[in-house]
Amino acid sequence: MKRKMLLPGLTVNLTALLCSMVFIIPLTVVFLNAFKTRAESNTMTLRLPTVWMIENFFVVIERGKLATSFLNSLLYAGSGAILIALVVSLAAFVLSRNHSRLNRFLYYFVILGIAMPMSYISLMKIMQITQLLNTRVGLILIYAAVNIPISLFIMYGFVRNISVEIDEAAIIDGCNAFALYAKVILPLLSPVIVTICILNFMAIWNDFTMPLYYLNHSSRWPMTLAVYNFFGMFENQWNYVSANIILTIAPVLLVFILGQKYIVDGISAGAVKG
Amino acid sequence: MNKNKTYPSYLAFGTVAIYFVFLFLPGVLGIFYSFTDWNSFHPEVNFVGLSNYQRIIAPNQKYMDYISNTVIFTIATTLAKSALGILLALLLTHKLVLGKALHRMAIFTPLVMSYLVVGLVFKSLLHPATGFVNIALRSVRLDFLANNWLSDASLALGTVISVDTWKGVGYIMVVTIAGLKSISATYYEAAEIDGANYWQRFLHITLPLIWPVLLTITILNLTYGLRVFDIIYALTNGGPGHATDVINTAVFSAFSKGDYAMGTTLSTVLFVFVMAISYFLVKMMENKGEEL
Repeated sequence: MKRKMLLPGLTVNLTALLCSMVFIIPLTVVFLNAFKTRAESNTMTLRLPTVWMIENFFVVIERGKLATSFLNSLLYAGSGAILIALVVSLAAFVLSRNHSRLNRFLYYFVILGIAMPMSYISLMKIMQITQLLNTRVGLILIYAAVNIPISLFIMYGFVRNISVEIDEAAIIDGCNAFALYAKVILPLLSPVIVTICILNFMAIWNDFTMPLYYLNHSSRWPMTLAVYNFFGMFENQWNYVSANIILTIAPVLLVFILGQKYIVDGISAGAVKG
Repeated sequence: MNKNKTYPSYLAFGTVAIYFVFLFLPGVLGIFYSFTDWNSFHPEVNFVGLSNYQRIIAPNQKYMDYISNTVIFTIATTLAKSALGILLALLLTHKLVLGKALHRMAIFTPLVMSYLVVGLVFKSLLHPATGFVNIALRSVRLDFLANNWLSDASLALGTVISVDTWKGVGYIMVVTIAGLKSISATYYEAAEIDGANYWQRFLHITLPLIWPVLLTITILNLTYGLRVFDIIYALTNGGPGHATDVINTAVFSAFSKGDYAMGTTLSTVLFVFVMAISYFLVKMMENKGEEL
């Protein structure tokens, strides 16, 4: 019996290994390249750098103005994620508990936006009218709008799974709507709030289109736009470009490794639990 | 308990207002502007009827090519991601595979990176002279396979589709694995007793049970594909020529040129396409909601 399992076991493991390589090698090449000298990085290989040039990263941080754009990204992704979690948890709370005609309409109206394509140019008109064009607040509101539908969809399902009897007990104890939300529902929602915050943080951190359209001051650019610009300026200095790419993905990779469970749960919840 | 007092609808105001002003309203406004000649050179906006739409279908214009590129990109990436994603999910739930969690993490990693960064990574790796891919091919004497992946008009769209599949396949894999795990083992045990082989079990148990999941992710993939922008902008910016231009890269070009009416018209075409598909998505979610 053991012998019979050997060949299939070897085959599936080799296939799995090969598949993983396809995903790991590109990132490894960029990682190694980030530590090479300019001449060495000109030909991209999996060879280890002869000298590990840590200073590449300092050069990139200084020339690419990465400190500012890092703080910008942190601001957009952080406040965007918190804003979404706040408004969506409130909405999910009332929409999922009270199925009035209006509420049913509002729920489906908002989740219609899950796949809605942005009409970029007419949004610019709205940004001009509201005087939010080229402002940080404006950008955060756009990110909130784009990510609200899927967040509401996930949160709604979670509120539905909290027993209504808890609400009734709280009301008898004298809670009003706000107290019920803040003291009872919100604490029970904390796992899904963490998931939604992480997913939205990553989505906003990784976005590139919105600042391309709606921010023209380079001092307000997030990291994605800064790295794109840097790529254009240093196209034949692969070591610097690679170092910049590594610095841009490091924060999200860190969030991913720390919050892996929440991310996979959230992504699956969107499609499976429905 | 008075439901309207305990759960006042105004608590949903923030969500609805932000969504309405910054996502829904631009879509509706876009439909209005698509019937005008709005541009950055003249302050007044005139009604021009269907002439923007006529420009899109005019034979001397490139717009139909962009639309067909968008459709090809969408169908190809959706099919490739679904097929490869399911295969990877089956492989990485196989009982003989060691280190499943590590493999899954490796395949999932591109998903957390931005499309822009993935685009830049592959733009460097696919550089005809100094990129990793061609150097690796030449080092194993496969020189004839070393191509101008992104600057050859006949290859560029295929390359872009492959890179996008590389990035997105982990999503299908993870969701399919979650779906597979929710299937009770008793079905498989019963089928095994009845003498069903691996493929029969896959076809008659696994596939029907994960079908709803697959349908949802297929629709999400379709709507992503139609809206694609970042990865193409980063890899080819629509080139060489217009070989990889899609609707949203054309919207950005129209925006840069100040041809706002054309941009909103293209966005509106996309809006109608995607909303038709989303309608089915919402209907499906509605049905799922009532089952629970």
